[in-house]
Amino acid sequence: MSKAMALELRDVHKRFGRTEVIRGVSLSVPAGERVALIGPNGAGKSTLFNLMSGSLSPDQGDVLLQGRSIAGRKPHEINRMGLARSFQISNVFPRLSVRDNLRCSALWSLGTGYALFRWLHRCTEANQRADLLMEQLGLSAQAGVPAQQLSYAEQRALELGMTVAGNAPVILLDEPTAGMSQSETVRFTALIRSLTEGKTLVTVEHDMGVVFDLADRIAVLVQGQVLAFDTPDAIRANPLVQQAYLGNMLPSTTEGGR
Amino acid sequence: MKPVLHKGLWAGFALLLVLAPWLHDGGFWLSLLSQMGIAVIACLSFNILLGQGGMLSFGHAVYSGLGAYAAMYALNHWCSGTPGLPVTLVPLVGGLAGMGCATLLGWLSTRSAGTAFAMITLAIGELVFAVALMLPELSGGEAGLSGNRVVGAAPWGMTFGPAIQVYYLIAAYTLVCAALMVAFTATPLGRLLNAVRDNPQRVAFVGYDPRWVRTLALVISGFFAGVAGGLATLNFEIVNAEALGAARSGAYLLFTFLGGTATMFGPVLGGVLMVLATVLLSAWTQAWLLYLGLLFMVMVIWAPDGLAGLLQAHGRALRQGNWRRWLPLYMGLWLSGMVVLCGAGALVEMTYHLQLQAVQGSALRYLGQTLDVTQTSSWLMGVGMLLAGLLPFLALRKCFALAHPGAAA
Repeated sequence: MSKAMALELRDVHKRFGRTEVIRGVSLSVPAGERVALIGPNGAGKSTLFNLMSGSLSPDQGDVLLQGRSIAGRKPHEINRMGLARSFQISNVFPRLSVRDNLRCSALWSLGTGYALFRWLHRCTEANQRADLLMEQLGLSAQAGVPAQQLSYAEQRALELGMTVAGNAPVILLDEPTAGMSQSETVRFTALIRSLTEGKTLVTVEHDMGVVFDLADRIAVLVQGQVLAFDTPDAIRANPLVQQAYLGNMLPSTTEGGR
Repeated sequence: MKPVLHKGLWAGFALLLVLAPWLHDGGFWLSLLSQMGIAVIACLSFNILLGQGGMLSFGHAVYSGLGAYAAMYALNHWCSGTPGLPVTLVPLVGGLAGMGCATLLGWLSTRSAGTAFAMITLAIGELVFAVALMLPELSGGEAGLSGNRVVGAAPWGMTFGPAIQVYYLIAAYTLVCAALMVAFTATPLGRLLNAVRDNPQRVAFVGYDPRWVRTLALVISGFFAGVAGGLATLNFEIVNAEALGAARSGAYLLFTFLGGTATMFGPVLGGVLMVLATVLLSAWTQAWLLYLGLLFMVMVIWAPDGLAGLLQAHGRALRQGNWRRWLPLYMGLWLSGMVVLCGAGALVEMTYHLQLQAVQGSALRYLGQTLDVTQTSSWLMGVGMLLAGLLPFLALRKCFALAHPGAAA
């Protein structure tokens, strides 16, 4: 390895009961690269995603975040090591305002810790970061609105904002555009691109438009194994992938990369 | 940006605390006020757990009770020497004891906030209470330990013998503690506690350990509960095992909820209500616990945001400005509600009187009327009143809800 790996999976296995869901996955994501994880339903995408974020621990093999194993570490420790993840179902703080959702997500990375002897409204850096994010997410007008009163798309935007608020170098997004309309998806993809600029991004996504638009490389997962891991063009041209999964779901080469 | 520290509101609160003793005459009034101050601190500290942190504790009296015991120990052993501990600082000893106890027990109980937390606090509460009863030489058992607050130096003639001096000490602590606890809600830790209440899983994924946030909250809450216990020691000069018991813990829960857990204003109302109910209502009727239970049920079902929530809803409705239109309906609701209360009250009182009949005869006074439990007419009157109020109440409520959705519950 000449280049530093932001995220590395080494022969990872995971079984639920008798079913082996992940059957020996090795994957290396170099720092700064955007990787999309695709595969048919039941291929183990969500499981692999949870293994990467430490929500599940592998039965065999190891997951390394910036060269350090995350095995046996708690979610907050993994976050402090530099990994932030979003959730498929919006997972915000429902009774807190939009601003507070973003502030709370940024506090640890700003070294605030469990601060008791200062005012939250005087945590200037956290406030500035929240304000900037709200502007980028288009949520400035809703700064004081409890998150539970936001529309679905707004909650998705907030979810993304909370994930990047801590400035973690490795970002995992779980189906960020799920349930969005076509026009929202296009706007949101651009937003993801700008907010994760310079960071390592791994995303699980069903929308092939988003995948081929966003990803530097695509990993195709079939039956718990990586079938291919390559650039979008190579994936599109790969006969194995076409056979196993994509078929006519692929955007044709001529109109690719929307 | 600084929503919690309205200067005017706090000045008003301070003024109220200063003037309250002069609004009414007599030692009883002063005693009520002192107890209210203590209860306000206790309920606020409970609400740091329940309202701010989503942690339902059934054992909060452990912290206030141990605080009370520690304060009693300090009063009896540390205040008389030279240089002795000033009596004014005795509540802080209680606070530190509550805090220490919460530090020890906190890590045990804060792994989750849900049922597990509730069960563990219940168990700890029972355990501490049982231990206190088993060690009467330490706790004084049911008789309790007593002390004398007139001890040590008396700066500026403040001996704390007269009740008025104790009241002002309690009032000062109430003001400062309330301000500190409200200020806590505006700190990063306070907001993280809200975040843990809303979604502990997500808190972990933004770099914080939800368990540690809960533990810190419990330690802070334990401190203020201990201060309340220490003040109670100074006020009553006696503390017994009851101060640690499940009944006391239950009272904190009940009245904090009745006051309202959504804001820090609710528990202040809750504390006041607690003293009114346990001191006044209990003197007025034997069935006070029943009324309290009914009130609690009604509030849980129809007004889960408590008294403070109801007041806020009224405030909103008034600000909307069309109150002239719904006022008649609203008054009707109140009127029929009062009739329901009178009828139900008559039935409850008569039922309770059945067991006293042998001693006190069959007649009882109720709202200036004489009822007789052996007379069918008395019972019929109670039922009649109940129905006469209930039917229009339900009808009016429906109209009201239709006409003004969301105006008031």
